[in-house]
Amino acid sequence: MSERYPGYDVLSKRDGPSWNEPTRSAIDARLNVPREPRFFTPQEWRTLQALCDAIFPQDGDVDPVPLAAYVDQKMAENHTDGYRHGALPRQGEAWRRGLSALEAEAGAAHGTGFHDLAAEKREDLIRRMQAGKLEDSGWGGMPPATFFEHRVIPDITHAFYAHPKGWSEIGYGGPASPRGYVRLRIDRRDPWEPAEAKPGDKAAARRKNQRVR
Amino acid sequence: MRQFEEADAVDFVVVGTGAGGAPLIAGLAEAGFSVVGLDAGPFFRPLEDFASDETAQRQVFWTDERIVDGANPIVMGDNNSGKAVGGSTVHFAMVSLRFRPEWFKARTLLGYGADWPIDWQEIWEYYGRAERLLAISGPVTYPWGPPRPAYPYREHQLNGAAEVLARGCEAMGLAWTPTPIATLSAPRGDAHPCVYRGFCRVGCSTNAKQSQLVTSIPRAIRAGAEIRDLAMVGRIEVDEAGRATGVHYLRQGRWRFQRARNVIVAGYAIETPRLLLNSANAQFPEGLANSSGLVGKYLMTQSNQAVFGKMDQEVRSYKAPPSLTVTEHWNYCDEKDFFGGYCWMAQGPLPIEWVNVLTGSKGLWGRALREEMKDYNHQVGLKMVGEMLPDPRNQVTLTDELDQYGLPVPRITYSWGDNDKAMIAHALDQMQMGLEAAGARDVFRQENDTCHLYGTARMGFDPETSVVDADCRSWDIPNLWICDGSIFPTCGGVNPSLTIVALSLRTVDRIKALASRGDL
Ligand SMILES: Cc1cc2nc3c(=O)[nH]c(=O)nc-3n(C[C@H](O)[C@H](O)[C@H](O)COP(=O)(O)OP(=O)(O)OC[C@H]3O[C@@H](n4cnc5c(N)ncnc54)[C@H](O)[C@@H]3O)c2cc1C
Ligand code: SF4
Repeated sequence: MSERYPGYDVLSKRDGPSWNEPTRSAIDARLNVPREPRFFTPQEWRTLQALCDAIFPQDGDVDPVPLAAYVDQKMAENHTDGYRHGALPRQGEAWRRGLSALEAEAGAAHGTGFHDLAAEKREDLIRRMQAGKLEDSGWGGMPPATFFEHRVIPDITHAFYAHPKGWSEIGYGGPASPRGYVRLRIDRRDPWEPAEAKPGDKAAARRKNQRVR
Repeated sequence: MRQFEEADAVDFVVVGTGAGGAPLIAGLAEAGFSVVGLDAGPFFRPLEDFASDETAQRQVFWTDERIVDGANPIVMGDNNSGKAVGGSTVHFAMVSLRFRPEWFKARTLLGYGADWPIDWQEIWEYYGRAERLLAISGPVTYPWGPPRPAYPYREHQLNGAAEVLARGCEAMGLAWTPTPIATLSAPRGDAHPCVYRGFCRVGCSTNAKQSQLVTSIPRAIRAGAEIRDLAMVGRIEVDEAGRATGVHYLRQGRWRFQRARNVIVAGYAIETPRLLLNSANAQFPEGLANSSGLVGKYLMTQSNQAVFGKMDQEVRSYKAPPSLTVTEHWNYCDEKDFFGGYCWMAQGPLPIEWVNVLTGSKGLWGRALREEMKDYNHQVGLKMVGEMLPDPRNQVTLTDELDQYGLPVPRITYSWGDNDKAMIAHALDQMQMGLEAAGARDVFRQENDTCHLYGTARMGFDPETSVVDADCRSWDIPNLWICDGSIFPTCGGVNPSLTIVALSLRTVDRIKALASRGDL
């Protein structure tokens, strides 16, 4: 995978003027998310991890973001969205039902568990969930496409882009209080913002990124 | 802060301390009334309490359970509802536009929706006062509508995203302007100017943003009002004579009762009708102020579709408030084949908002999503705020499910009409043209987004077709008032809060006038 912002780590600003105390404590807590499930059963946890690997692959990453752990945290601590699609049960119940339905679908189609499926077969099943083409009785009237759109996708992808690693990867400046920004126009960069690698000049970007504080 | 006894009736209890509630609390207290403001959310001190982080700042949103359905279910939570002293203005994007005058007579002059029982010229005065209250930074001359005074604070510099909007408009021959916006471009009292950190939509940690929390609320407290936070009102009590006597509210684990001579509800377009419906009793079995059957009906949201694309240059639209330029061209031009108007403005999605756009609009996931996210700093977008037409089938009702307070969870039903769809199609074409003209490539559309809420306790001319009169007083219960986004009969093609604040300031004057002639 291409490295667009070489050497940039948003955490290098942690103790600088872009992070205030509430930000430091919020991010410290995030980095210390419990790695063991508190909400999901061991069986559900395995399915969820397999689903996270497919929805947001991190194979080859040195230090993958524990996406399933954030989904578990959201359910265990009941951080709700503030709305629920009329066709879905409450969030925890939706997840439990969806994960067990995915296992049942995998069993029916391939005679094996969802977490044991080869990557392509798993992705294929997910595409059919996205298109609403799964019909196992385990869904219990919950539309698979709605579950995919309102639970699977947001709960998993938000976890990555709520994480400093996600911010560093896309070249986002990250927390910015109280310092804020000065250079606002197109193609202007404050020295405390990430520098993008231009073709053939990765080294310059790396130098700049190492000075970000 | 002054404190009142629950057993002593105060002149006014105000439920909700946002755009509608807070100016009333301040204005009534300054007029010498005894006032208690209750809010279900916390009383934050932004300098100490606000992180610079999308996820942690979910603390400012109304995230209680709500069920959404209909053909186009509305996304709630961080998309439109606050729960804090200061209400949704704690996290609003600060865009502060006036209505087009004709919208107050939309039915008569433009042929759709409903007329307001208020004259635009009167509101024009209150807009000026609202702009001074919020120290709006804006351009010296505004390109559309009747003349208005210069904005109190000078306009902000543009960011990259704002510059792209301007370029697109120039190429299309449309007027554009720096957006009038409620964040400081120069110091005010103890507050510093905006530092362009770009987290406005999750709460401003520097107090540059002129939310109700930093404008009306301190004034209210100085004038002797009491603000009680973390106080969820569950029911309004009405006596046999049909007058409100106070409110039941849950605070620190116990239901309490605050007696009051007048009750003003300002909980926004979902919680206001929910409270009125939840307050049903033997005398008012269909809920309070509901003889018309219209409480909860005519819910409106605004179309908030967008087009996004990539620039070769780095835009980094995360810097500065998200909407620093705007074009209201299609609010003021009537050569189109649908009713209502819309504007569009520059965009600055933070990473989680941005991944929502890519997954929601392009259906991306997996490696493709992760790769696409890396172009974040080159992305640029234009987003509409469009008028949806009032339709009684769009509504707020109660379900049998209970929330953490033991109160019935609301159901929010919404479907777009043909006119709404025609406007969206028009706007998407226009915005795409603008974005491409500015040099963006790989342009795509975000077709399914809405924002802002209105209309579930509409204001009108008579008790059969509306819930409150022009003074925001309910037709059915003379000492029950409603003053927030829910009283709008039509929503216009601009963001709501300046109009809500203007109406709230007007209501203060109306109440003073009514009181002085013994008419409360
Ligand atoms: C992300 C975002 C961006 C926005 N951007 C803009 C913008 O740029 N420009 C603009 O004009 N508008 C914007 N808005 C909309 C604007 O903030 C709202 O329209 C406006 O604040 C509504 O005012 P209100 O008084 O009706 O309700 P609110 O300001 O929401 O206040 C209602 C208050 O009532 C409280 N409450 C409700 N029910 C109860 C109860 N039963 N008991 C106790 N308390 C209760 C709530 O906790 C809340 O604090 C934005 C909104 C959001 C969410
Ligand atoms: S950009 Fe300005 S208004 Fe927005 S959060 Fe930052 S300081 Fe506040």
